Amino acid sequence: MQTSRRSFLKIGVLGALTLAAGGAIYRVANPPQPGRFILDGEARNVLAAVIPAMVGSAMMPADASARAAAINACIERVNGAILGLPLTTQKEVQDLFGLLALGPARRFLAGVPDGWSSATPQQIDAFLQSWRTHRIGMLQTAYLAMHDLIAGSWYANPANWAAIGYPGPIKELS
Amino acid sequence: MRNTNIPIKTSSGPVADPIQAGLAAGWNVTDCAQLERDGSMEADVVIIGSGAGGGVTAETLALAGLKVLIVEEGMLKSSSDFKMREAEAYPALYQESAARKTKDKGINILQGRTVGGSTTINWTSSFRTPTDTLAYWGKQFGLKDYTPEAMAPWFEMMEQRLHIAEWTGQPNENNDLLRRGASKLGIPTGIIHRNVNGCWNLGYCGMGCPTNAKQSMLLTTIPSALQHGATLLTRLRAERFVFKGDRIDALECLPLSADGLQPTGRRLTLRAKHFVLSGGAINSPALLMRSKAPDPHGLLGKRTFLHPVTISAAQYEQRVDGYAGAPQSVYSDHFLHTGPIDGPIGYKLEAPPLHPVLLSSTMSGFGNEHAKMMQQFPHFHVLLALLRDGFHAEAPGGSVALNSSGAPVLDYLISDYVWDGVRRAMLTMAEIQFASGAKAVTPVHEQAPSCTSWAQAQQVIKALPMKVLATRVVSAHVMGGCGMSDDERLGVTSSQGRYHGISNLSVHDGSLFPTSIGANPQLSIYGLTARLAAGLAQQLTGQPAPRLVAA
Repeated sequence: MQTSRRSFLKIGVLGALTLAAGGAIYRVANPPQPGRFILDGEARNVLAAVIPAMVGSAMMPADASARAAAINACIERVNGAILGLPLTTQKEVQDLFGLLALGPARRFLAGVPDGWSSATPQQIDAFLQSWRTHRIGMLQTAYLAMHDLIAGSWYANPANWAAIGYPGPIKELS
Repeated sequence: MRNTNIPIKTSSGPVADPIQAGLAAGWNVTDCAQLERDGSMEADVVIIGSGAGGGVTAETLALAGLKVLIVEEGMLKSSSDFKMREAEAYPALYQESAARKTKDKGINILQGRTVGGSTTINWTSSFRTPTDTLAYWGKQFGLKDYTPEAMAPWFEMMEQRLHIAEWTGQPNENNDLLRRGASKLGIPTGIIHRNVNGCWNLGYCGMGCPTNAKQSMLLTTIPSALQHGATLLTRLRAERFVFKGDRIDALECLPLSADGLQPTGRRLTLRAKHFVLSGGAINSPALLMRSKAPDPHGLLGKRTFLHPVTISAAQYEQRVDGYAGAPQSVYSDHFLHTGPIDGPIGYKLEAPPLHPVLLSSTMSGFGNEHAKMMQQFPHFHVLLALLRDGFHAEAPGGSVALNSSGAPVLDYLISDYVWDGVRRAMLTMAEIQFASGAKAVTPVHEQAPSCTSWAQAQQVIKALPMKVLATRVVSAHVMGGCGMSDDERLGVTSSQGRYHGISNLSVHDGSLFPTSIGANPQLSIYGLTARLAAGLAQQLTGQPAPRLVAA
């Protein structure tokens, strides 16, 4: 964890360049469809890894299949939330997931050495903490976008209200 | 059963939906997403926007016998659609799914995008424009006839029209904690006036009132205008004005897809003798910019104000249940009046409603730290400080520009002068929260820990780096950008709301304000636009304008 923190600090300008190039490479490989966000397989893997780290293990169901179902429900809600954003914002989010799907960006910018599916909780925590406080503003905004989308989508789900003691709106009118 | 200590008042039987009833009775309402061919329409007056300014203007002009067309980018949603669920309400009723942001993404902006505009989703707080704000406008922008005395009849008329009165219910605990904490410190508070009639005290004003108690434009002026023959066009984006000499010849509009995200490809051209722009303080300047409206002094879209808001969250032993009860009922203006208006920035204190999506996304941090905080949800109390921008050279507001697709982007930089106010406000809020018995206080900042004593909070807040993205800053009040002054070097609109250099265009919305208001702006917009609309009705008809009265 110490190593990955230090390697983040070294990224600096190089990191910004990689980020810009990553976006460009991603766009060449996936020509922009002037349209809506598409949640592809690797974006799902990113979300499946990041959701429990963002929301916290304390909120996750103990049972493995219930946990997987809760994470999947959150992924669907994140997808739905993104699809309600202006198309220019949807494209920014698409670029973010495209970047995270690129091996070099994942390794050097996110500090996740192997694929997202095999990332350890410690690696994801370190990734979130480093982007949260990164001196490259774009990575901070990327962290905040993931924070707001994931936390918002998790707690939008009535299934997750009991855990926070929220009774929900009165039944008669909702 | 409802697990809360907040009493609600219910009525028996189902809630009637007056909008559905009006549609069934034959109101002229067209959902432009459904239009299958291009077209054109004509009226005496085209009003762009159905929020506070557009609603008041539409009713005034329709009662005066003018043929009115109202253009609204959002959908027509009403009480039978309002299910008090954030996941549905934000995409359906807010600009950019309630995630509209400033250019550097440092400030999240809550603004309505539905019939009724922000009045459909606001928290009902109603304040007359503060006297010192009006005095500043007179001194700095030459708005000499905007005295409290000259405005009073218009505020009175709109207060009567919209049932605006001091909230007589018991403040919910989230608001009462502000009253009790401030009182311990000798800080005066007041009770908020609200535009409600038969409020159930549910706490879901921000998701559209499910009981039709909130006297928003959706329930008052817009239905009245439709009753008097106005036409409402929804899911229609006002794209650009076409000028002929110094007049607007037409307004080109783009019908939007049902989800509101992109034009359908159809076109609608609207012609009128007069146009009234009421799109709000980001979209109004943007339409004028897309239209290349005259702006010889480079003022259009400049001086856009936000009342930047800083947030302090606190935990209590007892349940607070901040999701239930009238969302805002207690306020303090103490820190607006401790110094001169153009001295160190002043701030207004209020409490916000707390719902899971808004709270969880607003509170910083992740993982179990965030989860532990959310587990305390019913015990949370949150305070807001709204900073009064626009009264000092170091708080000049932001500026609106257009992105490559012609959509508005607000560039708003927070100066050290404003950050100083954020820090002072965080200190004030933490002190009040500890005074009212908080176990812990968390200033909403990426680097702020949960503090368990006032001494610790002071130390923490004094050391916090005040930087964008690290400090959570939000806004629900967008003002300015088409500022008023009869001196064309100081404002793009006249004191009568007429756009300088265009003979048949008025601006009637919060973009007229030459500074921020220093209070929740809805009643300022109602009073000001009621006055401007009456003047316009008289000019267009040659008759005295009708008065607006409650139905």
